Amino acid sequence: MHELSIATAIVDTATRHAEGRQVDVLAVRVGALRQVSVDSLRFYIGIVAREGVCEAARLELSEVPLRLRCRDCGREWEPGEPEFRCPHCRPGSVEVAAGEELEIDYIEVQEEAACIAPG
Amino acid sequence: MHRTRVRIVEDALDANNTIARANREDFDRASVRVVNLMSAPGAGKTTLLEAALGDLGAVRAGVLEGDVQGSLDADRIAHLHIPVVQLNTGSGFGGECHLDANMVRSALPALALSELDLLIVENVGNLVCPAEFRIGEDARVMISSVTEGEDKPLKYPLMFRACELVVINKIDLLPHLDFDLDLFRHHLDAVHPGVPTMLVSARTGEGVEEFRAWLREVAAREAVPV
Repeated sequence: MHELSIATAIVDTATRHAEGRQVDVLAVRVGALRQVSVDSLRFYIGIVAREGVCEAARLELSEVPLRLRCRDCGREWEPGEPEFRCPHCRPGSVEVAAGEELEIDYIEVQEEAACIAPG
Repeated sequence: MHRTRVRIVEDALDANNTIARANREDFDRASVRVVNLMSAPGAGKTTLLEAALGDLGAVRAGVLEGDVQGSLDADRIAHLHIPVVQLNTGSGFGGECHLDANMVRSALPALALSELDLLIVENVGNLVCPAEFRIGEDARVMISSVTEGEDKPLKYPLMFRACELVVINKIDLLPHLDFDLDLFRHHLDAVHPGVPTMLVSARTGEGVEEFRAWLREVAAREAVPV
């Protein structure tokens, strides 16, 4: 249900960066740890983008798998289960290397062709 | 006409986090520490507050009640003669499932922060969404009740990782349930190694003093820059 709030925030951010230009592509990265339903996010972005510069944008949602790193041995791995312990030197302290993203990566906007002054 | 790529790389919740920092600055100026209390619906947030807040000693506590609709919880807290403000999220798209920083900000004028040491924000009952939205709090605590089953940390890792304390409530029911406390702790330790737990029954009062002591400890903390 919080996908609506997140969709609104994404469209607001993209609209601000578009500075009035039409947005053709809206690229968003969603980490596995965020518990955001990608289908639901896509649905809500379609709704909140209506009648704005993002209305016709193609949404590129990329899902980032959870990747952990052990602070002790430095190994990185993608856990199958939500287990935040190093399989090699447990109970090593573990940090999230990837999978916490919920970010607008980039947008592609339409630029008016620059006016070339006649020579 | 041609197309240009504009790199953004901005967290979708940046705007929320900016407002959360503004809330936090207001809380710090008033020397109020803030606890964000989260759980599934029916885990016992309000019952635990009723049990704990009547006897906090010198700590002046207030409560901000977040609910989709109604003031049932705020009415219960008001009986304790504690300042309480109700925040309803129901004006949106069927009612928001969480409090965000801006909703909390909108409630601040109704709170006399200078008369408080501790503000407890009772979030909307939900195990997913509240974990995403910072509100300017100093500490996040969640309640998990034994009637919810042992598997919840594995199903909602974000929530169980977002808190600094897990209160295990309704332990008076343990003799009547198949709930395996060791298995719950095993799952919790997998998703959030080392997170402290407290065994509590808000109904009988068992363990509530330990929770009160934790609240007093939070109220006495120095402000930490966000």
